[in-house]
Amino acid sequence: MESQKQGWTFKMTPVRFLLLILAVIAAAIAVYRLVVGLGATTNLNDEWPWGLWIGFDVLTGVALAGGGYSVALIAHILHIEKFNVIARSAMLTSLLGYLLVMIGLFLDIGQWFNFWRPFVSWGYHSVLFEVFWCVSLYTTVQVLEFGEIATEKVAKPLHKFFAKAMPFLLIIGVLLPTLHQSSLGALYLTQVDKLHPLWWSPYIGLFFLMSSFFVGPAMVTVETSLAGRAYNHWVDTKVLRSLQRIGFTIMIMYLGLKIFDLTSRDAWQYVFAGGLESNMFILEMAVGVLIPLVIFFTAWGKTRAGLTTAGAMVAIGVIINRMNVVITGMISYQGVAYAPSWMEWMVTIGLVAGGMLAYCFICDNFRVLDHGDEQKAA
Amino acid sequence: MAYNKFDTPGKGVLIDLSKCVGCGSCSLACKMWNDLKFDDKFPDQGPDAKLSDKNWTAVRFHAVEKDGQPVFRFVKNQCLHCQQPACESACFSRAFQRTESGATIYYPHLCVGCRYCMLACPFNVPKFQWDQTFPLVTKCQMCFGRIEKGEAPACVGVCPTNVMTFGDRDELLALARKTIESDDKYVKHIYGEHEAGGTNWLYISDVPFEQLGFRTDVTTRPIPEYSHEFLKYTPPVIVAWGGLLSGMYIYTKRRNKIAKEEKKDMSV
Repeated sequence: MESQKQGWTFKMTPVRFLLLILAVIAAAIAVYRLVVGLGATTNLNDEWPWGLWIGFDVLTGVALAGGGYSVALIAHILHIEKFNVIARSAMLTSLLGYLLVMIGLFLDIGQWFNFWRPFVSWGYHSVLFEVFWCVSLYTTVQVLEFGEIATEKVAKPLHKFFAKAMPFLLIIGVLLPTLHQSSLGALYLTQVDKLHPLWWSPYIGLFFLMSSFFVGPAMVTVETSLAGRAYNHWVDTKVLRSLQRIGFTIMIMYLGLKIFDLTSRDAWQYVFAGGLESNMFILEMAVGVLIPLVIFFTAWGKTRAGLTTAGAMVAIGVIINRMNVVITGMISYQGVAYAPSWMEWMVTIGLVAGGMLAYCFICDNFRVLDHGDEQKAA
Repeated sequence: MAYNKFDTPGKGVLIDLSKCVGCGSCSLACKMWNDLKFDDKFPDQGPDAKLSDKNWTAVRFHAVEKDGQPVFRFVKNQCLHCQQPACESACFSRAFQRTESGATIYYPHLCVGCRYCMLACPFNVPKFQWDQTFPLVTKCQMCFGRIEKGEAPACVGVCPTNVMTFGDRDELLALARKTIESDDKYVKHIYGEHEAGGTNWLYISDVPFEQLGFRTDVTTRPIPEYSHEFLKYTPPVIVAWGGLLSGMYIYTKRRNKIAKEEKKDMSV
């Protein structure tokens, strides 16, 4: 009886075919890496124990996937209902992002069959312990949150249960990211006098937290514009603008804290010292913070194109920031540079491609973009 | 925030760099005792010597100038066995644990291979078996099997010129202070007394440490304190933020409901 309604679709387009090829190549390299080890596949070494996979797939991935928790907070905890229209896709992107982070992490650890160890051997005074617990719990919470959407189509009798559990899941689902977004930055507190003073700061945890929050609305705007094109699903510009306004408020606070931090540590000298570090820092701040702020407050910032451009720049700025912390800021201490191997690049690209395919598949088959009656239970 | 508080600072070794002739018997003894292989790419002695997964100790040659004369100095590197080890505080699965004896020991079965210890160590000591499928972290373990029996580590025992003295850390510190104060040739600094909050391996030298490849900008604050400074906020944040989120959830939901009902009343 339900078979007609429950049909699964996945229309192949040239773009999706390309994404599929990239994902398959990445999967093959990933298997190869698990068999032969990290030394044979990556350019990591004793000077560079952490590289692209930790820097981009994990540290950046978690921040970009932060759209889930900031939008969940705005739409479902504060019950600002006009944002419901974007909440589902934001939270889906976030879930997929975290699953990719888990895969990236798994590929990066040497003793991968031992990944469960910190669940039983409590190294509780490691910042990484907090990251590990929060990220794995939060991914679980997000899978359960998605259960509310999934049970609209499959395993329908369970829908009531998932709908009931939503308030609890949503609160935990905002609390956990607040903890691990900041602890990801705090991992680098131990890099005192190693990480360049433009990035090492006693507030690095707070910087990571704030940037992960404001990149959420930015990512949602970009993603909405992409989904709008692909699915002819256009979200009202006013909704995007007022969502972005929340992000930009946090961004102004971020800028203020940066200025205070550089002043209090007497670090402005490094900003204008020239050289790789200064240039990358100026690039990060210009692309990710200053220019988007200017765009937002001009007339162009009221249009869809302006908002999308500002959002994309904020997202790129956060990527540059995370890579600066992991790579640029460590070069002068290590004395040698690091460039990822082609296999590291392919896995990273393929993971993103796989995530995009999964997003398309779920949007094709579940009510993510088009859902008139919003999660009533929540 | 160490796992265990120890009554004594434990055992350590004092290295007098002015006495070392660079014979390399210490690194040979280390390889034999710990069953480590030789590696042409990473020599364990000479001008390019460095620590690696196979070199738990290495003797590096430094050509320096002293009183206008070119001289050679030989620096034995190994884990410094911190009083409050950064690796221990960084490890999220307790693969590193400092013991009562003063040695920081690595437990391979607990290791996940995340390499955060390598990042956290202020002296760049832990190394990784990059050529293995299932690589482990490696470092000097202060021959803990020997020191627990009261014997000196393997490298100390074989040194022909008495560069190294094994003993209680506080006694070694007193000896080091007496030595550098009684002889003008020594730099007036005991490396390891305060670095990273204090280490159990201590160095004295007649050539400034920065000319011998030592990191002299190391913080004197123990690295674990930096993490603790952050982590101590976790429990109050969970309680306060979790409570605030729940409160906001209930309040805004009720407010919306009331607003809707009022609208309904008006339209009737």
